[in-house]
Amino acid sequence: METRNSHGLEQFCASIQEPEGLSILDLAGANQSTVTFITSLGHRIYSDDVLRTLESVYGTDDSSVYDPPHMAKFLEQSLEFPENHFDGALVWDTLQFLPPQILQPAVDRLHRILKPSSCMLALFHAEENLAAVPACSYRIQNSRTIQLTPRGGTRKAAQHFNNRNLEKLFQDFASVKFFLTRDHLREVIVRR
Amino acid sequence: MWNRRKEDDFVPKPASVPPTQSQLAQEGIPMSTLSGRSLDSSPQQSGSSRSANIGKSVTIKGQILSREDLTIDGEVEGTVEAQENRLTVGPNGKVVAGIKAREIVVFGTIHGNVETTDKIDIRKDAKLIGDIKTARIVIEDGAYFKGNIDITKPEVVRPAAAAAAPKPQPVTTTPASTTPSTPHVATAAAGSANDVKR
Repeated sequence: METRNSHGLEQFCASIQEPEGLSILDLAGANQSTVTFITSLGHRIYSDDVLRTLESVYGTDDSSVYDPPHMAKFLEQSLEFPENHFDGALVWDTLQFLPPQILQPAVDRLHRILKPSSCMLALFHAEENLAAVPACSYRIQNSRTIQLTPRGGTRKAAQHFNNRNLEKLFQDFASVKFFLTRDHLREVIVRR
Repeated sequence: MWNRRKEDDFVPKPASVPPTQSQLAQEGIPMSTLSGRSLDSSPQQSGSSRSANIGKSVTIKGQILSREDLTIDGEVEGTVEAQENRLTVGPNGKVVAGIKAREIVVFGTIHGNVETTDKIDIRKDAKLIGDIKTARIVIEDGAYFKGNIDITKPEVVRPAAAAAAPKPQPVTTTPASTTPSTPHVATAAAGSANDVKR
């Protein structure tokens, strides 16, 4: 178990301080710590484990064909919400594990369901060995601290992202802000 | 210890061993077809301590309205209401229903929206897909949840409203000497009990 100070989280939390009753999307699965933190601010939280949904739609076999019907099914099961529905999104590192064919449609869907000016916190691994990124869950301890809890095993990241890739990925959003960190986890705040 | 099964955590309320027909005949006790429920109908035994079970080989489609604690270890499709009581979905339980209860403990699977006035407890290996409206929530690691969580705040008696209301009579702690109170006093007492609990 590891904790880290997060300037990205600090900025995200500042964006959802008030008013009460905001809707926050968490794509990395429900955990007690994050649920308690968000609901203690008076907000609602929608939790889903997007990578688990991905596995349930495609299986764990890498040779799966990312055909349009499967892609539509995945997006429908994981990101089907009305337009401008959420006031913030905790994406964590999930985008890095989405196959390239699905990544941009998923980001487009996030753009659609987030309200204008709302924030999204995303993390991207910059390790050399992206084929075996330790799987972990991210839990908010307080407005500045994230706890990384190992889930056991590793995951294969779909691709490496540099700043230019990320700017291109989020080109429809109003702004992309990178935070310098000492470790291999890059924090990004994307404003809709 | 090592081969601990999912079911090991789930301890259903102990059911009384039903007496044999000859024992009942000897003691002159009336027969009952209700399994898992004490035949003793003394005041201490009735009320909140009563519990109903839906076994793992039972499937129910329709509406369940329970006025006692309920454990579902089978399959239920429809709606489940136990507004004043606790609902437990056992490890084999599969509930496809909208649920309203005072408290819910989930070991198995629920597909449907859930509403509790007190607490929902989603245990390890449980699966809940649906929206939750509750006052308190506990999610164990290993549980799967997909849906919206909306925490409802308990109703607190406002000071202004309390000041405007007539002063309640002091309540003694001896149950035997408690005098019947007005509805307003009863409400305030319930409110302060909630405050202490939280």
